[in-house]
Parts: sequence; structure tokens; C-alpha cells
Amino acid sequence: MAEHTVITPLPGTFYRKATPESANYVEVGAQVSADTVIGLIEVMKQFSELTAGTAGRLNAFLVEDGDLVEPGQVIATLDDE
Amino acid sequence: MTQGIRKLLIANRGEIAVRIIRAAKELGIPTVAACSEADVDSQAARMADEVHILGPARADKSYLNVEALLGALKATGANAVHPGYGFLSESADFAEAVLAAGAIFVGPSPDTIRRMGDKAEARRTAQEAGVPVVPGSPGELFDVASALEAAESVGYPLLIKASAGGGGRGIRLAENAEQLSEEFPRSQREAQAAFGNGAVYLERFISRARHIEVQVLGDGQHAVHLFERECSLQRRRQKIFEEAPSPALDPQQRETLCTSAVRLAESLGYKGAGTLEYLYDDATGEFFFIEMNTRIQVEHPVSELITGIDLVQAMLRIAGGEPLGFKQSDIQLQGAALQMRLNAEDPARDFFPSPGLVESLIWPQGKGVRVDTHLYQGYRVPPYYDSLLAKLIVHGCDRAEALARARVAVEQTTLTGMANTLALHGELLEQPWLHSADFHTGTLETWLAERRSGGEA
Repeated sequence: MAEHTVITPLPGTFYRKATPESANYVEVGAQVSADTVIGLIEVMKQFSELTAGTAGRLNAFLVEDGDLVEPGQVIATLDDE
Repeated sequence: MTQGIRKLLIANRGEIAVRIIRAAKELGIPTVAACSEADVDSQAARMADEVHILGPARADKSYLNVEALLGALKATGANAVHPGYGFLSESADFAEAVLAAGAIFVGPSPDTIRRMGDKAEARRTAQEAGVPVVPGSPGELFDVASALEAAESVGYPLLIKASAGGGGRGIRLAENAEQLSEEFPRSQREAQAAFGNGAVYLERFISRARHIEVQVLGDGQHAVHLFERECSLQRRRQKIFEEAPSPALDPQQRETLCTSAVRLAESLGYKGAGTLEYLYDDATGEFFFIEMNTRIQVEHPVSELITGIDLVQAMLRIAGGEPLGFKQSDIQLQGAALQMRLNAEDPARDFFPSPGLVESLIWPQGKGVRVDTHLYQGYRVPPYYDSLLAKLIVHGCDRAEALARARVAVEQTTLTGMANTLALHGELLEQPWLHSADFHTGTLETWLAERRSGGEA
């Protein structure tokens, strides 16, 4: 088992859900695949999906919903099996 | 008199904040830049007499935060607010809160903002003022026979739209009566399934529409127009290239269109700058009102260049209590003006946003050239707001001279540090259909798609 990080390539605002009313894309502890969407990055009013990148179990989010993020910043960590 | 405004708070950012501060300075009005923590180093903050920080970068915590803006008024002693465009500029609740705080809102009354912000109400208001709207069935329709009857007056091609729909969903096209008979029951079923409400109505479909809008100014008693702008070149409903006047109208059509806008503005007792948007049908020469924007617009400079009127100064004078300083007959159409929006977007990557650091920056110069921007060398464009970097605006004695001036202006511009749409405008200016003004609201997207597939081949 190894720990992986999910890094944003973009600056902007991080969201854990598609709209303020929706549920979070994923919760901590969930099993994810490489292409599971874990959040959105809003940059200049355009939204890009952020995917897990690796299959595994989602360990933690290092930023909160609505936080500002910089390119290269770690958004979440996950363990592969 | 403008002494009504003692100190002006600018509740916006970017190029429009710079534009408003410049106009206020020219009128001798002290300014406060109300900005987010991300905009402390902005050009607006550098130019204003005072800076007041509203809150964190996120717009809902700063530029959309009514409480913070009211706090800024109180803290700075400003007695007027210019909302710019976007953000809270068309919020009737914000305008009301500003008035309740005893300050001046630079714009129309909250009632007018509310009335024109409601599409159905705006349509009714236009009809009452004798301004044509897109022909549609008088109400909801429930069977094919009544749909066919209503279609006689609406005209083909037409759209069958779900009453409860929105955002382009639940819309079907019928080119003739036969198609309407087939599509109508389908639309009803779809509307029922999608929205839980099977009510549908008909609306004329204009296949080659131009987007033409009329700039108006009113002081609450009288209104004038500053002719029209043509903004048909759009991508995903975002305007990219604008001009004034529209090359599609002859003087007679121009007069009919613009006086209809003044009629509507006067029926509202309109106060401030506003824009009435119309669809213009190239095939029939008909125009139809679609909506009114009760604020200054991004493309206002082209109207300023063809009339010599400073719209933002006029807004401040009117808000300060002065009557319009000119009559319609004082406003003459002079030449032609074009505006190119430089956005921090990468045309090679489907216009993906590209914030970044302004590395080198050289603006064009010369007669008939204007640049409205908040950029300076070394400025870091933040990722939190819209992508507009600058507007290159040119004026010529006629459209051909303006187009030639635009080409040279683009060539003379250097902007590096982020992907942007400068080179795209250079290419656009080479297109024969642009020179012949043979375009409609779908033309730019078609051209972009062809350009992309051509580049891959």
C-alpha cells in the first residue's frame, strides 16, 4: 500500500460538489477509480473536473470546499491497495 | 448638479473599475475602490483616492457581498455607488439597500431593474410601448388544432417551447404545418416528462438573426439613444467583437429601431445608461426586442466613439441629479467604431482560461485608437474572476477605415505572459465575411469550428 496525492494543475477555487445544493462527489473513505471525479476547479468562471488519477481509497481532503488553490497544490490523498 | 455625488464607491473590478474611476476623476469626484483581497494590487486600487477591502477573493465574499459593500459606504463616507457591469449591477435588492443606506445608486430605480429583469414583464412592457417582440402564441397551447391556428400568426419556422423549460431544454423546431402536427404531441410528452408540466407555446424561429442593441440614456424625464451596436459575433453567447453602427441597417431602419428604444426607455421613466437588445432578421428586415440591460455594458466604448458622448460621465451626472445635457438632435452619428475583446483564454485549447503574469505589454497608438484595460507590466491576472484583459477599440471615418485601423492596432500590440485572444482577432480581421459584414449570431462559432478542423488536417 502506498499513499498518492491528487494535485491540481490549475489555480482557482476548489469545490467538492457540482452545485451548492448537490451532495459531495465523494466522501473520505470511499473507494475511487483513476477517473472518479473528486471535485471541481473553477478558473475564470470555467469549471474543470478534478479526477483521482489513481485507484484506491480516499484518505483525506487537504482543502475545504470553496478554498482557493494554487497550481501544484495537494487537494487530497489516497491509498492504493 | 454633480455635487450630489461627494465621493464615489466603485463596486467592481477590472477594466470597468478603471474606466469609472477615470470618469469620476474627470468630474472632480473623489473615488473609493472597493476591492477583494486578491485585487489590492489592481490598477483600480492604484488609481483610486482610497481603497477599501471588502473581503476574500471569492466574489460571494467580496464583490457580491451586499453587507460588506454597505459597510464600505459607511466606513469611507462615500455617498454614491457605481456598480459597473456583472456582479451586483442588476440586483434590484442591492440598489434598494444602497438607497436605504441614504446613498445614490448610479443606475435606474430598483423598480425599473426588477421590472426589466423579469423576462415576461419586460416583454409586456415592450409591447405596451409599441416595441415589437419575437412573435409567439398568446399563451399556452394544449392541442394540435389550436397550435396550427396559432402558428398562422406566429409564422414558420417556429419553435415549440415548454412553458416550464429553460436553458435551451424542451425546445423543438417546426419548419411547416406538417412538422408542427408531428412535433407538437412529442413536445407535450417531453415537457411532461422533463418538467412535470406538459404546457407548451410557440415562438418564431429566426434562423439568421443578428444581435443588435440600442444604447439609451435617460434622466428620468427624457431619454435619448446613442444609435445601435452590432454584437453578432459571439461564442457561447459571449460577445467577442462588437461594432457601431450596425452595418446591416439603412438609415430608415436605424431610425425606426432607435426611436423604438427611446419610446420604451421613456415609458419606464428611465434614469441612467441602458441597453435594449434586439434580434434582427436579415431575411425580412424585422427586429424584435428580447431584453434590456439596466447598466453600462462592456461594449459601451464603440457608442462613445461614434457620438462623442462619455457614457460613464453622463451616468454620474444623471445620478448626481443633473438633467441630460443634450437633445436627440445634438447627437450625430460619426463614422464607425470596432471593439475587440482580449481575453485570457487559449483559442488553441477550446478557449481554456489562462491567468498569469503580464510579462511584456505594448499597446497600439495613434488617431482613433483606444485601449480600455486594467493591465500593467508585472500585474498578475488572478484566476478568480472573468477573463477580460483589455478592449482594443478603434474609430474610423467609415467601417473600412476602422477595419484597417483595427488590423494595424492588433499588429502593434504585444501581450505576453498568458494565452490570449489577440492573434485570433488578427485572423478574424482577415476574413472576407467580416469585411462584407455577412454574418449572424452563429457565424463565429462556425468559423471557429472550421478553423480548428482545418488546422488539424
